[in-house]
Amino acid sequence: MKHTKGRGRFIFFCLSPAIALFVIFLIIPTIDVFRMSLYKWGGYTDDKTFVGMQNFSKLFQSDKFYQAMQNSILLIVIVSIITFAFALLFASMLTREKLIGQNFYRVVFYIPNILSVVVISAIFSAIYDPNNGLLNAFLNLFQGAGSEPILWLGDQKIVIFSLAGAMIWQAIGYYMVMYMASMANIPESLYESADLEGASRTQQFFTITIPLIWTNIRTTLTFFIISTINMSFLFVTAMTGGGPDGATEVILNYMYKEAYTNSSYGYGMAIGVVVFLFSFALAAVLNAVTKREHLEF
Amino acid sequence: MRKDNHTLKTGSHSFYKAFVYFLLTSLAIIIIVPLTWAFTASVKQDVEFYGSPWALPKGLHLQNFVDAWQKASMGSYMLNSVIVTVIALGLLLIIALPAAYVLSRYTFKGNAFWNTLFMAGLFINVNYIVVPIFLMLNNGDKAIRSIIGHPFFLNNLFILALVYAAMALPFTVYLLSGYFKSLPKEYEEAASVDGAGYFRTMVQVIMPMAKPSIVTVILFNFLSFWNEYIISMTLLTQPGLRTLPVGLMNLMAAQKSAVQYGQMYAGLVLVMLPTLILYILVQKKLTQGMTMGGLKG
Repeated sequence: MKHTKGRGRFIFFCLSPAIALFVIFLIIPTIDVFRMSLYKWGGYTDDKTFVGMQNFSKLFQSDKFYQAMQNSILLIVIVSIITFAFALLFASMLTREKLIGQNFYRVVFYIPNILSVVVISAIFSAIYDPNNGLLNAFLNLFQGAGSEPILWLGDQKIVIFSLAGAMIWQAIGYYMVMYMASMANIPESLYESADLEGASRTQQFFTITIPLIWTNIRTTLTFFIISTINMSFLFVTAMTGGGPDGATEVILNYMYKEAYTNSSYGYGMAIGVVVFLFSFALAAVLNAVTKREHLEF
Repeated sequence: MRKDNHTLKTGSHSFYKAFVYFLLTSLAIIIIVPLTWAFTASVKQDVEFYGSPWALPKGLHLQNFVDAWQKASMGSYMLNSVIVTVIALGLLLIIALPAAYVLSRYTFKGNAFWNTLFMAGLFINVNYIVVPIFLMLNNGDKAIRSIIGHPFFLNNLFILALVYAAMALPFTVYLLSGYFKSLPKEYEEAASVDGAGYFRTMVQVIMPMAKPSIVTVILFNFLSFWNEYIISMTLLTQPGLRTLPVGLMNLMAAQKSAVQYGQMYAGLVLVMLPTLILYILVQKKLTQGMTMGGLKG
């Protein structure tokens, strides 16, 4: 009897600090997001009014919302596809080929992942600087110094791609390491017999490597969606602030601005709910579309 | 005939290998050059920035670091960052270790519920809930001001550290639970036979074995706490309390009006140097840990 009593107390003392912290700083704010999306509230005063779905209907009539959503979706598509292709390619090269300096490449490719996004943004702002940036100076080597400088972060049509460039630079190494880990589990004998049958490297890549790491690829697709939505917010906050003229306004940035800077708290939370449901739905669709029979080695 | 075919094959293979080296080296250059450039820019004088960005620095202008450290207060921001990171890591370990241990190795009422809830916590992203947290603390300040006469929750480094620890909790519990589950039950039985209580068993038998996982937890969370700026810029509004990345963001903004490139890059180096040194020391452990955990917090 005494035994079980001590056991219960032990479990309680071990668990309750974690539960308290978790509930206060994660669960309650999350519930708040959903609850407050139904209120009209500035955030600082006491007068909240329940408005039902009004925030949402206002949202779906807002041009700013559509612009931010469009930018976010564009970034999800570009960043995911390019990062995915390069990460897969480099992972396969590093696991399949016997190379000198293999470890060096792996170590270098992962470096962007350990840097703060502010640091990356500052470096890329310098690269993209129109007058004395690295990129324009590099292009001038080919075009001659007299040509009109390209405004990488100042031109509304270009800026979103410049942003995507920085995001891809940051992400490749992370996904590459993930793919390398699952590729390392594929038995060498499969490739050896494919070699004997005369299959080329490309054929091996598509018929052996891709199918056998398919589960891992599916998991990363969800990561791509969630992390692009989040990372684009971090990059935009540090690099462009949404400008020029809303050209890089992404959805979480719009939410933060409305809720925090603009004090339309309820409206901001409605944006949050929509983004959350959107990313969840997109991940579910991708997950269903990419479902294949599970292959064992 | 047969021999010809063979030489042809090795010929195309060595061409392929050269192509692989070319791609890998290109990406390595794309990653290393901007970083090296940032380091060299941090020792350039401001006038040097008007020339070619590819020019090497004329000398070691270390005054940039002195200016960044003193005039731009990056020194005191670094102290803030160190304080927050150390407290957050300490809190996280003290809170997450016992919780993960109990959740993974004890069966009790509510065990499945809390396990699922902590897993669900992996999907809560801080960008969605940072404004609700801010308002919660702001309301807390209003209430406490009437009791103790001054605000307490916002602009408090300890509270920021507590929020960091809370945000890292789901991932850390998930990672540690995974390790604890892999240990055989005999350890507790043997300790119990030797007369050790629950608490002593946990601290003296289980924790020492979990050291590698604890190191992984510290590494990952050090990087995310050190590099974080969204929560920090929201919860710390007093200029004197900024953390290092927020300070860098301010330097970036200031650089747009008053030309102080050198100081900005010196600040940038101050933010990234600790993470780079840590990475070079433990890179193997970090990439292994990443694939073990499977996802980023």
